[in-house]
Amino acid sequence: MSEIIPIGPYHPLQEEPEFFRLHVEGEKVVKLDIEIGYNHRGIEKLAESKSWDQVVFLVERICGICSCSHPAASVNAMEDLGGIEAPERAQYIRTIIAELERIHSHMLWLGLAGHFIGYNTVWMWVWKYREIICDICEKITGNRQSYAMFKVWGVRRDILEEDIPWIKKYLSKLKPALDLFKGAVMDDPVIHARTKGVGVLTTKQAKDYCVVGPTARPSGVAIDVRKDNPYFAYDWVDWDIVVLQEGDVFAKVACRILEMYESVKIIEQCLDKMKPGPIDLNVKELPPGEGIGRTEAPRGEVYHYVRSDGSNFPARYKVRAPSYMNIFSNEVAVVGEKIADAALILAAVDPCYCCTERIVAVDRDKKEERVMKGSDLIRLSQERTEQVRKELGV
Amino acid sequence: MSVLREWKYDMTWKEIEQKIHEKFDNKIIKWFEQNDERIYVDIDPSDMVDFSRFLFEDLQARFITASGVDTPRGGIEILYHFDFYQLPQVFSLRIFVKKPELEIESIAPYIKGAEWIEREIAELLGVKFNNHPNMKHLILPEDWPEGKYPLRRDQ
Repeated sequence: MSEIIPIGPYHPLQEEPEFFRLHVEGEKVVKLDIEIGYNHRGIEKLAESKSWDQVVFLVERICGICSCSHPAASVNAMEDLGGIEAPERAQYIRTIIAELERIHSHMLWLGLAGHFIGYNTVWMWVWKYREIICDICEKITGNRQSYAMFKVWGVRRDILEEDIPWIKKYLSKLKPALDLFKGAVMDDPVIHARTKGVGVLTTKQAKDYCVVGPTARPSGVAIDVRKDNPYFAYDWVDWDIVVLQEGDVFAKVACRILEMYESVKIIEQCLDKMKPGPIDLNVKELPPGEGIGRTEAPRGEVYHYVRSDGSNFPARYKVRAPSYMNIFSNEVAVVGEKIADAALILAAVDPCYCCTERIVAVDRDKKEERVMKGSDLIRLSQERTEQVRKELGV
Repeated sequence: MSVLREWKYDMTWKEIEQKIHEKFDNKIIKWFEQNDERIYVDIDPSDMVDFSRFLFEDLQARFITASGVDTPRGGIEILYHFDFYQLPQVFSLRIFVKKPELEIESIAPYIKGAEWIEREIAELLGVKFNNHPNMKHLILPEDWPEGKYPLRRDQ
């Protein structure tokens, strides 16, 4: 007889509330029900009452962590609809902002994953070095988060020439930090034991569930919008996409760590290649028609579909965030795994998970209900690490 | 640790275009290329399941998402967006579902990734998807009143 462990529906630590109902038999997970929609804000409807310029600001509010990926997809969609591209310098600036954001988003996830498995040192390190990125963002945009840099056919602020040496110097501090994370995570036998072969998503499953980004790439599906359908300055710089074959949690960690190196590479090249020039075309009106914009956010492909009837407002605005596809794949990735691993697997797609506000375990036979706190699930996961550590004698 | 592209989609856009025309040429109502990378194809709702299965299973397309649009022309437009992994093209299948029936076949039994978006379109626009494996509310609460659809313009 299976027990049900509800996880959710809301966690104050991160956005994106979700509700998972884990069906368990003993320690083993046999089924997962997912419910979303606890924080549905009706942004698609709201966008129909905003002018084109305001829409870019509105969609920036969809996600707090990857706050520039939605505006990026939005301006891509509107430029696809309008048929003109932004000036070169604006494209470089957009790329720099998008990559800075990717680094800090991956770092944030890495820190939380470290916390889940009881590596609080990794957590603290990550928070320390993430400051570097936030400081650079503040220097360029004036904000540490929600940069408000994007507008249709341009960006709002230029990167000052005298700031570039400072940015480069500051960015170079990040490389030793990345080496530190790589060493700490990828050479640690305990982390190997906790994450290798856990929560495997096969290539076939990844294709069936149509997952995107750093959930698909570790499963051998080489998709990355930056390479496949290049936008901004991504085809003017030299970089590689990271693809791994195993599909387990370890591959997902490794994929994100290696991607941060690529992002640093991209930013450095953009800073070198940028030439002085206009940053905005100042076009005000959009013709009737439809447009599709997509960008590679830290969590995968963001997809915006926009329709215009020639007025100042969108006639329809459709947003698809990457977690929409990725969270659903948990349904297969978590089955057959232990409860102590479930927290980590559900977190491995980086859904801004953490929705373990409360846990109610219901024993169907005894009809008892025991209520646990969200921290209990993290504790369970951390205890498992301790146990692995003892077994390995480290 | 590998830092390179491992799996490649093995067809070119020309081949895909040719295969689609071979199989569905008489069923395409309108083929519109906005530019090289954005293709919109209008088809009849009754061909939707066959067409999307052909794309997903035979041509190995990736399902991106679907967009439902309420129109003033007495029906709802649904666009099913597909792409072909490493190719830059986005292929959008457009169908027009007439009011007041608003009934079409679900593609979720064949394309797992379409399950959520069909549930979303069903509750926000009131389209009925027949044979959907798990039709219940996705983002609206369970006690949402029947017959109220937030994205409909006629209400």
